[in-house]
Amino acid sequence: MALQDIQVSGNKDTRSGFGDGILEAARKNENVVALTADLAGSMKLQGFMKEFPERFVQVGIAEANMIGIAAGLTIGGKIPFTTTFANFSTGRVYDQIRQSVAYSDKNVKICASHAGLTLGEDGATHQILEDIGLMKMLPGMTVIVPCDYNQTKQATMAAAEFHGPLYLRFGRPVWPIFTKPEDEFVIGKAQKFSDGTDVTIFACGHMVWYAIQAGLQLQEKGISVEVINIHTIKPLDEEAVLASIKKTKCAVTAEEHNIIGGLGDSIAQVAAKNFPIPIEMVGTKDTFGESGKPVELLKKYGLDVADIVAAAEKVMSRK
Amino acid sequence: MENIRYDNRKKLYAVKTIPLQKSFSLSNLLHFKPLFLLALPATFKTMAELKEIATQLRRDIVRMVHGCQSGHPGGSLGCTDFLAALYFKVMKHDPAFNMDAKGEDLFFLSNGHISPVFYATLARSGYFPVSELASFRKLNTRLQGHPTTHEHLPGVRIASGSLGQGLSVAIGAAYTKRLNKENTVVYSLHGDGELQEGQIWEAVMFAAHHKMDNLIATVDWNGQQIDGPTAKVMSLGDLKAKFEAFGWETLIIEDGNDMDQVVAGLEKAKTFVGKGKPIVNLMVTAMGKGVDFMEGSHEWHGIAPNDEQLAKALAQLGETSLGDY
Repeated sequence: MALQDIQVSGNKDTRSGFGDGILEAARKNENVVALTADLAGSMKLQGFMKEFPERFVQVGIAEANMIGIAAGLTIGGKIPFTTTFANFSTGRVYDQIRQSVAYSDKNVKICASHAGLTLGEDGATHQILEDIGLMKMLPGMTVIVPCDYNQTKQATMAAAEFHGPLYLRFGRPVWPIFTKPEDEFVIGKAQKFSDGTDVTIFACGHMVWYAIQAGLQLQEKGISVEVINIHTIKPLDEEAVLASIKKTKCAVTAEEHNIIGGLGDSIAQVAAKNFPIPIEMVGTKDTFGESGKPVELLKKYGLDVADIVAAAEKVMSRK
Repeated sequence: MENIRYDNRKKLYAVKTIPLQKSFSLSNLLHFKPLFLLALPATFKTMAELKEIATQLRRDIVRMVHGCQSGHPGGSLGCTDFLAALYFKVMKHDPAFNMDAKGEDLFFLSNGHISPVFYATLARSGYFPVSELASFRKLNTRLQGHPTTHEHLPGVRIASGSLGQGLSVAIGAAYTKRLNKENTVVYSLHGDGELQEGQIWEAVMFAAHHKMDNLIATVDWNGQQIDGPTAKVMSLGDLKAKFEAFGWETLIIEDGNDMDQVVAGLEKAKTFVGKGKPIVNLMVTAMGKGVDFMEGSHEWHGIAPNDEQLAKALAQLGETSLGDY
């Protein structure tokens, strides 16, 4: 597979992939229940509410209660999907998730939109950049960050089939759709977009699209780039990570998240324990965000395509 | 239980298996054929038997806490009569334990620190061997300091300990029972100090709005918390008016350590099931009930008796026909 073969089939927000995915999952499985904390519209649940009103639970602006109710709903076989913005899905309710969901091993799907800087104008109060870290630290929690509309829909449907606590992170902005509905999506299995020998770019979420753009620019400079989408941060596909870095011997990580605690940390840990290599991390540098347009924010905070290109050139020089 | 045949004069019951009922004999079984084999209460007891069970649970509690020199005897002793009434009289439940509990009533302990009374009740109901009570709070055991599903202890369906979460969980389980069109009841127990947690009031609001009328919550209204009397630490104000204002059917059990009142209170609460409102029992108890030097004081919230104090406590409680673990 080559980066230049990747086709953009349209543009859509990943949260719409969630809304369409949960509707499809609910049609397949009568136990799927959707909860929301006063954000049904933002979470694209209109279709679900119309078709399955009895399986839609409006909790009001009470996220802690929503997590507890979801934990209780699992007793008797329901598969609850809690929905709100990423900040209110994780940081606000960490202890509720920790005790009632993760420690209690409940089959709850915590679905979070508006993650990261690309939330945009609402600013730092809503732009959580620590949620991947918060969730991956919880024992037994699966963490998924799909890259576009199609993959978010696939991930949502896969979450319904998967047993165990799971965090699904997606976002607000309209973003290119570059995966195909028929592409394989397996929780815990990395998705490779190109084979390369000089440098590996590991990315997740919206940054996968930027990684592909950076890869194309690097190819023009004669650099052989391997682009890998780590849509499942936990459990990490260590086999795929190691196979790639043993070949390229250096890596860049790209994520819309603090470089402390996110995808970069996970990749670095696998490398440090098994095959130490130079790594450069593209992400926010231990800072809060601010108001602005999504693309402007990615640029200001060092998450642009050019930042990935520069990181790749730097990391190759460190080999 | 209208669907259970019970002859008060002969004291005979139609039941499944009764692991602990020593008074039960084969001749009882010959008189009455079991009507239901699934999800029956583990045992059916007379008031005298319930009181004896409560005494044994209290002995278990002080011995468990003494055994590991840690744990929370005060609230456990205060809620003993409630747990005994619930598990040995009121609830329809199956000690064979299935997490999903389809067709069974459910109980959630939100104030998880009173794990001693919960564990003792579960063991004496037949969920796991009573001998296991000796392992409380020790390394490599299922009886963790606070209840958890993590070690797969039968009878526990959610971890609790971090306060304020259990009412939400109970509501969720009740919601599933409603979706599954079950005619069963979900019970929960909360400390009064626990009501200081904001999540409780989120849940209280939800339950009324969504008409969770298959839910019976009970508040252990002992007026004590770790730092002192609740009225001094953070006053709860007019609890009855608060629950009523939120739209709950609000009942009071004036003496939660009087078995007759507890059973009557729970049976009364059940009459409101299906009437469109969530139900709460505000149950007045004495922390440390049954052991005079522990009674009514927050000092015994979370400390263990020494050898001498244990002997004194056991002497006050007296031996029962059930026997110690």
